[in-house]
This record gives sequence, structure tokens and C-alpha cells, in this order.
Amino acid sequence: MSSNSSSARKPRLKYFGYLLLVILVLVFIYLPVAWLIISSISTRAELLNVPINWIPRNPTFHNYINILMPGGDTSGAALTFRITLRNSLIVSTSVTLISLLVGSLAAYALVRIRFHFNEIFMIGLIATRMIPEISLVIPLYILASRVHILNTPFVLIATYLCFSLPFAIWLMAAFFETIPLELEDAALIDGCSRLRILFQIIIPISTPGLISTALFVFLLAWDEFFFALIFTSTVAAKTVPVAIAEFTGRYVVDVTGMMTGGVLAAIPPVVLALLFQRYIVSGLTAGAVKG
Amino acid sequence: MRSYSSSLSLRQRNNLIGLALIAPSLIIIFGIVLQPILSTLYLSFFDATLGVTSTNIFVGLGNYIDLLGDKVFWVTIQRTIYFTFVSVGLELVLGLAIAQLIHTHPPGWRFLRTSLIIPWAVPTIVNGTMWRWIYNADYGALNALLMQLGLIDKYIPWLIYPKTAMNLVILADIWHSVPFIALILQAALATLPVEMEEAAAVDGANAWQRFWHVRLPLLRSAILVALVIRTVEAFRVFDIIYVITAGGPAYGTVTISYLTYLETFSFGHIGRGSALSFLISLITLLLAFIFIRILYKPGDRQ
Repeated sequence: MSSNSSSARKPRLKYFGYLLLVILVLVFIYLPVAWLIISSISTRAELLNVPINWIPRNPTFHNYINILMPGGDTSGAALTFRITLRNSLIVSTSVTLISLLVGSLAAYALVRIRFHFNEIFMIGLIATRMIPEISLVIPLYILASRVHILNTPFVLIATYLCFSLPFAIWLMAAFFETIPLELEDAALIDGCSRLRILFQIIIPISTPGLISTALFVFLLAWDEFFFALIFTSTVAAKTVPVAIAEFTGRYVVDVTGMMTGGVLAAIPPVVLALLFQRYIVSGLTAGAVKG
Repeated sequence: MRSYSSSLSLRQRNNLIGLALIAPSLIIIFGIVLQPILSTLYLSFFDATLGVTSTNIFVGLGNYIDLLGDKVFWVTIQRTIYFTFVSVGLELVLGLAIAQLIHTHPPGWRFLRTSLIIPWAVPTIVNGTMWRWIYNADYGALNALLMQLGLIDKYIPWLIYPKTAMNLVILADIWHSVPFIALILQAALATLPVEMEEAAAVDGANAWQRFWHVRLPLLRSAILVALVIRTVEAFRVFDIIYVITAGGPAYGTVTISYLTYLETFSFGHIGRGSALSFLISLITLLLAFIFIRILYKPGDRQ
């Protein structure tokens, strides 16, 4: 710890300089968010007022009620927003569960069992993560239409695995590698199978790593836009990002709907990320990657 | 060690178990990554149209030759490189600066660190629509703010100028991605040994020399991770452009991914679109190769 005398000598100018910089960064972070939230609790008439009203005179939750409990005067995109929220939740949760389950097997094998292809598979994983969705979309579209799963959540769950699974394997491998070998050696000598070791020793110990992986995968899936845009065109499978993009209609832009939808879409990932902050930081340190 | 009742050697057993454990992942990755990317390559050799699969004509490298001779392709590549270079460059500088700021533990640094998570967690599409509304020509907050500060005397339709539109898309991308880099770098900074910098200070190195010669080299691998990830992502940017400018004005913000999207889904040229998307893959895989060469050292992954 630095002694009191040195911190007392710290120049006041420097202190206020740093404070000013902190405030500057905070303003840059919060100003756009504040405007997003303010727009979502303003009336349409007030938003289209010039000069601008920074603080709404009659703040209202009407926009939220409109989207969450749609009535007669709700615009098309707002009308179906609830259903797209549900679709996003189904898709993101399924993708997270499958990636963790299937990925943990592979991650364990990669870091603990020395076998052929071990290295090749690892390098292949990194390469896979570099292939953009757009390079896969046409064949996947053709395949999905052939097996009749376009416009269903299945097509998104299946295709999202192309980025979520390699990512989950990579991250879990990084976490598994930090577990001391001695723990398994004892179990191996006792004749435990690899699967039992994985599920009874490795997974319980690496819960923080798994939480971190689950968070990242969930956020990635929640964020995904391109596949959802191409593979879903009806409300049966459309996800939140597609719904928000659709608020910008051909002739009218439902600004309040768009902003309210934006806040609602941002709440799950932001709340999760804030609640599990330290898992996010440990994931980022382990080489995690959500852009 | 244990005894083996089976006739398999340890090595054979390990091979079997290892393969069995990666088999599910392998099948999935083969089905939705490897097979499709090969199909894309195959399709890129045809003159094919969306929906009319019966009339595909084999053209060999024709699509690629067309593209490489097309001015639009090169302008788009140039634009994509501009986006990538400017956004990633600024994000890196700002991210490093914010990480440094947090590392000096000024008042409110914990709150600042927590706050950084918000822009990072906000979905890309929400980020895009938010900024699009801020940039709105008639009712946007940017115009209102600049007007009230006396910096402009009439509202400016920001998004009708291609260069300005591109730079404003970059600003939105910076808001989203600087926190990501700042979080990675500040986590890396927190693990650095202080002894070396103290020693350098004792030897008379000033703050800038300590930063440049001691701290920056120690941060090298963290910076590289952030840099490569962001570069690959920025190069294939699509979502944020789709919502803020839709490639406009006058195709002024069309990047290589957006061009591929237009070719394939607006004009229906699957063959040409496949060739384009395969080129994107090649370029990103080249970046991946650099990624592997620099970051993947067998045996000391940690």
C-alpha cells in the first residue's frame, strides 16, 4: 500500500484532471443510453418537437404497455414484439445449453486426452471462428428450405451453433486447463471413466468458467442478426434484433416503438452482464470474445 | 498406474475416447460450417440465380475474374479497409487510454469499470437504431445538441453525405467496442508486475518512457488478442450498417459484407455472391493465420 504521505502529496491538479477524464468517459457512455431511455418514455408528438425537449414534460409508460400488452393502435412491428422476445429467449437458451453440453465433452478431450488430431482440431476451431456467417448462409439456406425448417426456431438454434459451439469449446478448454491434474489422476487410478471424471470432478470445479461461457454464448446468440434476418420472415421464429430493424418501416418510422423495443431488447443482456460482471471479466481474460 | 484388462494400448484407448468425446462437436461443425463453406466454394464457380437452381452454368473462375476486374469491388474493399483501420485504430487508442485511466484508480474508477459493461452488452442492432435516431436530420439529438452549443446554425442531414455517414457509423461502432478493449486491457494491466516499472522509475525513466518501454511490451499479447479479434470483426461489419445507413447514401457505406448481401439477396446473383463471400473468408482466414501464428503456442496456452 502506498503511504499516506505520498497520497497526500499527490498534486491536486492531477487528481482533478483524472476526475475530469472519468466524467468525460462516463458522459460518452451514458448520454446515448439516456437519450434511448428518454425517447422510450416520451410521447411521439413530444419527440418530433423542435426545439428538442431533453426532459419529457409528460413521461409515460404508454409505449411499454403498447408493446407488452398490444392494443388496437399498436403498429405492426410493435404488435408482434412480445412474440419475438419469446423466440429470442427460446433460441438463445437452447443454443447456450447445447453448446455447453456438447462443447464440454470436446473441450475436456482436447485439454486432457492426448490423441491424434488433437492439435489439428484446436487449430480448426480457431479457423472456424474466423469464417463469417455470410460465407455459410447460402448453402445453409438451401439446406434449411429442403428440410423445411425455415421460419422455425430450429433453423436458428442449429445454425447459431456454427459460431457458438467453437467459441464455447475454446473458452471451456481454457478454463479446464487451469484445473490441477492431480484431482483426476486419483480418480483415474480408482478406475473412474473419463465421462464420470468430467461430470463429477471437472464440471463442478469449473462452475465459474461454465457460467462465464454460458453468459458469452447467450449474449452472442441474443445479439445475432444476420442469420435471423435471412432465415426468418414470419413471426413464428423472428428474433428481437430483426423485430427492431423492422420498426424502420418503408414509409413510417415508429420511433417510440423502436426505442422502447431497443430498451426491452437491451435489458436481458445488460442485466445479465452487470449481475455476472466478474464472470465477464474472467471470460475476457481467458481469451473470450464477444465483439 | 492401472492395469489393462483389454487388449488395447493406452494410446489406442485414448484415441478412441478422445474421438468419441469430440465426435458430436465434429459432426455439428462439419454439418454447419465445413460442408456449407465447401458448397459456397462450389457455387462460386457457377453463374447461378436465387431460386432457379436448374439453370446453373459452370463458369469456372469467371465470377472471381469479373469481381477482380470490377471497380465497385475495389472501391468497396477500400471502404471496408477504411472502416476497419479507423474504427479499430481509434478503439485501440481510446481503449488503452481508458484502461490506463482505470489503472491509476481515480475517484469513481469502480463505477467507470462497471459502466463499461453497458455499451458492450447492448445488442448491436439496438446500438445501431439508437445512433440512427441520434443522427436523425430533423429531430435528432446530435443536431439539437450542437445547435444549443452554438456549433451549428441549422440542422444538418448528416447521413446524406457518404463520408460523414461512414464516420458516424464508425462513431457508433466505437461506442460499442471501446469498452470491450478497455475491459480486456485493464484486466491485463491489473496482472502486470509493478516491480519492473518501479525499477525503471528508480533508474530515472520518465512516465512516458516507462509506459512505452516497460508497460506496453508487457501488454503486447493482450493488445494483440483485442486487435486481431476486432480487426476480423470490423472487416466483416454488416449489422450496424444495415440499421444506420442501409448501405446508403448512394451505396456510400457499402462494405464488402454488405455488397455480398446485396449481390446475393437483392440481385439474386448467388454465384457472384458466393465468390464474394468466399473471398471474405479467405481474407479473414488469412487474419486467422496471423492470429494463430502470433497467439497459439502449443503447450503454453493459458
